[in-house]
Amino acid sequence: MTLRLAWRNLWRQPRRTLLTVGAMVFSNVLLIFLISMQVGMYGLMIDNGLKFSTGHLQVQAPTYIDEPKMRLTVPAAAALARELRGIDGLEASARGVAFALAASDERTYGVSVVGVEPLHEPSVSSLPGLINAGRYLEEDDAAEIVVGAVLAKNLKLTVGDELTLLGSGLDGSFAAAVVTVAGIFESSIPDLDRGFSAIPLGFFQETFFMGDAGHLVVVTAGSIEQVEEAAVEVGERLPDGVVLHDWDALEPALRQSIQADLGSSFFLYFVLVVLVAFGVLNTQLMSVLERTREFGIVLALGLAPGRVGRLVLAESALMGLLGMALGALFGGLIVSYLSINGFTYPGMEEMSAQFNLPASIHPRVTLVSLFAGPLMVLVFAVLASIWPALRLRRLEPVVAMRAAV
Amino acid sequence: MSGVLRISSALAWRNLWRNRRRTAIMLAAISVGAWAMIFLTALTQGMVNEMIRDGLSVLPGHVQVHHPDYRDDPSIANLIPVADGELEDRFDAAGFQDWSTRIRVPAVISSERETRGVTLLGIDPARERNFTFVDLETLDGRFLDGTEDRGIVIGRKLADTLETRTGKRVVVMSQDPDNELADRGFRVIGVYRANLPSYEEQFVLIGKRTAQQFLNVDDRVTEAIAIGDDFREVEPVLQEVRALMHGDPVTVNAWWDLDTYLGAMLPMMDGFVLVWVIVIFLALSFGLVNTLVMSVFERVREIGVMLALGMRPSAIRWQIVVESMLLLVFGLVIGNTLSFASTYAIRDGIDVSIVAEGMEMMGASARLVPDLTVDNVVLANVVVLVLGFFASLSPAWRASRYDPIEAITTVQ
Repeated sequence: MTLRLAWRNLWRQPRRTLLTVGAMVFSNVLLIFLISMQVGMYGLMIDNGLKFSTGHLQVQAPTYIDEPKMRLTVPAAAALARELRGIDGLEASARGVAFALAASDERTYGVSVVGVEPLHEPSVSSLPGLINAGRYLEEDDAAEIVVGAVLAKNLKLTVGDELTLLGSGLDGSFAAAVVTVAGIFESSIPDLDRGFSAIPLGFFQETFFMGDAGHLVVVTAGSIEQVEEAAVEVGERLPDGVVLHDWDALEPALRQSIQADLGSSFFLYFVLVVLVAFGVLNTQLMSVLERTREFGIVLALGLAPGRVGRLVLAESALMGLLGMALGALFGGLIVSYLSINGFTYPGMEEMSAQFNLPASIHPRVTLVSLFAGPLMVLVFAVLASIWPALRLRRLEPVVAMRAAV
Repeated sequence: MSGVLRISSALAWRNLWRNRRRTAIMLAAISVGAWAMIFLTALTQGMVNEMIRDGLSVLPGHVQVHHPDYRDDPSIANLIPVADGELEDRFDAAGFQDWSTRIRVPAVISSERETRGVTLLGIDPARERNFTFVDLETLDGRFLDGTEDRGIVIGRKLADTLETRTGKRVVVMSQDPDNELADRGFRVIGVYRANLPSYEEQFVLIGKRTAQQFLNVDDRVTEAIAIGDDFREVEPVLQEVRALMHGDPVTVNAWWDLDTYLGAMLPMMDGFVLVWVIVIFLALSFGLVNTLVMSVFERVREIGVMLALGMRPSAIRWQIVVESMLLLVFGLVIGNTLSFASTYAIRDGIDVSIVAEGMEMMGASARLVPDLTVDNVVLANVVVLVLGFFASLSPAWRASRYDPIEAITTVQ
């Protein structure tokens, strides 16, 4: 009965109700759009931030994360990686990391040289799939190298050319090797393309006097949600003297930039919701004032004041629900369209490159992204009408009936 | 006519206060909206300024001159084909706020423990003191004291990685223009801190003359830079540098060409401000139109009487529009005051160091200092007033079109 009355009351002033619901639909659509974009973008940021080289988990020497130094090694790294691959659903690959001077016939640049297991690296990193000239590494002890596209250009190298690597080995002694360029990759991440190269782990260990040691064992789980579970299983099999880090510890910037972005967006959302709440407050206060006489009569007829208050709340809730339904409908349509076709705006390419993102974003449609915003609006709409509803409790039927409109 | 306008305006003013509660709520909504517009804009503007300033501090220079191939291949082989002495004379005569010529090449630095890739800068310390990214206040040791200084200044993070400190020796390797390996030992004379920790890892500084001898390039440099008064207004500097280098085979670029990410920031920022202001206004406009429509609706009989007594429809329209503008102006005054007060309260910046590394990923530092610019404040206020005017036209038009007889007999 309250609901039916509330519904009818709404349409006594259709224009006012429509304007208020319109405000809700507007902010709901906006909220749905923004939140879906964010969910889509964060997913991309995490995936893209990790897939090139970090992986989901890494086994390292205890202080390596703070000071990535040559002598902080993981003993028998390849054997450990093999053992971890035995766990269901996990991929693992060992790496060695060094810094060297790379000299071609014409140019000399400092590069980071990573020793990888040619057979297993492709399952933990997307770089091997990004070779655009030549091929990826194949043999574990071949004197071969793959380099980034910009580095190849700077060194004036093509596939098949020779390159001299000069660096220092595990014991600090001079390390040098001549390698043949097997392939060139292009990741479109400036840092990687400019200063990253990979050689087979066996050859790496030989060149830098590493024995059977490496610096990292990179582990990936099926998806980011399964990382926690995987960490427990990996943790049980770790030998002494090494530690396990998850992606959050490895790439703190990733989570923090998401948090910084969330912080500023929450402010934005909050302001929008508050403005809509003001609109509802105004509407409900007016509609209560208008109906003072009417409320006086129903009170005089014996209706409990609480029920009249509930009526007002029900009106707001109905408006909120209507706003939510229409907002979710329109917002959902827009977002679904964009989730297929992608969203971009001028200048986004440069911005995206900074975060390793593609130039267009495909928002993700989820229950949360569809209903989180509208639900906030609904709650605030009902909260905003508490004050007008409470005013009714103090209404004296006789005074109210005589009130001038 | 002016008399009618005055009466209408007076009526509008009084009408506002007939329903104080409604007006107060609407004022509150407009104030919150205006505050949010201006405050968030100031924060974002502050962040963008900081990012650009920090970014420019390593470029550095609003306008730069290079060999045409240098940007694709930043090697010592691509020197500016004009002697440094000649360049210095030209730039000195032009009277820029700051200028410098320098050598910037990739290099490798080794301590007895570790080896890292860095960018080697050969600078004239006397020139660069004014605008260097090196924080001279917290410098450990000393800065370079001349172009022939034989020491090297490195960043704190690099010093940690190399396990070295002032007084110890490091070896720097690079190449000379003939691709012969050049290497030389340097004593670390200073360890610097910078606003962005990534700079501390990337840049090492030596004297310009020392660099020229080390890399075997006589009196030549890889870049010449000029700095104007304001990074937003670089066009005059750009023109002047172009004129200086006229006829030489070099490229002259403004900072937005050199760092496209930073270059995209300014237009992005302007776009963001406008979109944000309009979004807030739209959310507000529903309430505004609603309030006006209601207040017209309540007064149908009254408006009918005024029309019947001979008041012109245009005067009624004026009255409604003035009512709406008064609401907006008062709301804006309160909103502006609030935003001035809140930006003043955090004028020294808010500490966002919990997300420092995330901010650094965006190129911003861990302290957010708001920047309230006149442009942005004016933009927000003008947008609200102009759009507010248009939003109030429809209720005003409706009010002026009532038929007096019908309006008077309306039952409310």
